[in-house]
Amino acid sequence: MNLFHNFWDYFIPGLTTGSMYAVIAIGYTLVYGVLQLINFAHSEVFMMGGFGSLVVLSELAPQSPHGFTSVVWVIVGMIAGALVGALTAFGLEKAAYKPLRKRNAPKLVFLISAIGASFFLYNLAGKLWGRNPVPMPELYTNGEVFSVFGTPVKITQLIIIGSAVAMMIGLDLVVNRTKMGAGIRAVAQDAETAGLMGVDIDKIISRTFIIGGLLGGAAGFLYGFGISGQVWFTVGFLPGIKAFAAAVLGGIGNIRGAMLGGLLLGIVENLSSPLFGTQWIDVTAFVVLILVLMFRPTGIMGERLGRSA
Amino acid sequence: MTEAANFEKETAGSVTEAPAMLELVDLQVFYGAIQALKGINVTVRQGEVVALLGANGAGKTTTLRTISGLLQPRHGEVRLGGERIDGVPSHKVVELGIGQSPEGRRVFPVMTVLENLEMGAYRFKGVPKDDLERVLDLFPRLAERRTQLAGTLSGGEQQMLAIGRALMGRPNLLLLDEPSMGLAPLIVQQIFEIIKEINDQGTTVLLVEQNASQALQLADRGYVLETGAIVMEDDASALLSDPRVRAAYLGEGAA
Repeated sequence: MNLFHNFWDYFIPGLTTGSMYAVIAIGYTLVYGVLQLINFAHSEVFMMGGFGSLVVLSELAPQSPHGFTSVVWVIVGMIAGALVGALTAFGLEKAAYKPLRKRNAPKLVFLISAIGASFFLYNLAGKLWGRNPVPMPELYTNGEVFSVFGTPVKITQLIIIGSAVAMMIGLDLVVNRTKMGAGIRAVAQDAETAGLMGVDIDKIISRTFIIGGLLGGAAGFLYGFGISGQVWFTVGFLPGIKAFAAAVLGGIGNIRGAMLGGLLLGIVENLSSPLFGTQWIDVTAFVVLILVLMFRPTGIMGERLGRSA
Repeated sequence: MTEAANFEKETAGSVTEAPAMLELVDLQVFYGAIQALKGINVTVRQGEVVALLGANGAGKTTTLRTISGLLQPRHGEVRLGGERIDGVPSHKVVELGIGQSPEGRRVFPVMTVLENLEMGAYRFKGVPKDDLERVLDLFPRLAERRTQLAGTLSGGEQQMLAIGRALMGRPNLLLLDEPSMGLAPLIVQQIFEIIKEINDQGTTVLLVEQNASQALQLADRGYVLETGAIVMEDDASALLSDPRVRAAYLGEGAA
């Protein structure tokens, strides 16, 4: 039992993974908000973002950049990941969901379509880039920046946490302070009435997918760059399902809930590893989810289900 | 009738000669195999308040939903200023100058009062200041509660918000779906007074109501819907004194 000796050794990686989960979870929760649909193909948006940035960086980035150039290539990688993610999410909505929406298909059909799209996308990636992990070009030699109570904090961890926080703040501002954000919230609360106010629901849904895709794709880059060091065709599965759990934990449909849920899940599962052993990390994450839902079925910040529609 | 006589009539407050703003022509609407509207004809003229009365399930809400583009008619036409608007999607209908306060109020519950009003002005770039001032003048209660979440308002306040929100879109024609539903008589009174004021300021109103006496006191003309068909239409005062209306909708001389 070395948790309390090395608390920060587990906390900092936990915060790092947690902020990743949070950014991915926003994608699930945003789409759920406007469509009441769990977009199970979101993990593939994440994966495509990872590959997209990997391709761009391996083509363009120099061998082991350092200093200022490293910063530039991190930004390039993140933008590439975000754009590929957004494009994937946009295409996904157009191909897998919109046709069903136009035909008023039952919810279950959307779910099947989501799973189908997910299979298609990761097999497409397997076809394009092979089924073995592809290493992400190294942008940093992972130097220690400073230490917290004796625990070294790596530059990659700082970058992941920092950019995740920046993305979360940015998203929060977009949703709460812009007209598009008001449209997204209105559609989430009452789509039909939003339409009566002049909100083009199709446009809002499409933009919601794009925003979720930008975040998910950027997260795909960050994961390959700073956590796994490589990208492979099923890389999205575990982070995707964890982020979905995080979104449910925080209260699905609630954006700040998804952020909180992601951070909590990442921290809790990492802290559990010295207690129960690393092999129990994934189990712990889902046990926590089940326990929270037993006492708060709507999630930590969820209220939608408790409210009459 | 001479021009002068016409002019006199209009300035005297009568609007029966005003041009038709909204026309429903042989409108038939179905839910699957069930026919909800069996070919109704309704005309709303510029400046009027027209009441559409009827019991639950008569097709009143269906009529409004068809006008605002949420439902498509299988036969017949919806015309606004002479042009067909059936088939126009609901988010475009609002741009044609039709505002709606939907059945059950449907305010955005986790938005503030102010945000709800801003949503009403969604079709404009930015939020027109004078519209906001006008609505807050009309509903001082909303001004007091502007930062409160709409879901925490009372039923009457939510109704005011729903009407205020519709006004923010600067409608020429305001559709009101059961504004009296579930409200205390005193509040209903207030809301109807405000509807009168809105109409006096130049907005044409199509009012759907079960509360026939309130609606007919306010309206210029009225239609009575029964199981998807118009069974009566007349001036409001005539309907108000019609024994059939009194029996069926004003609770007099029942059975």
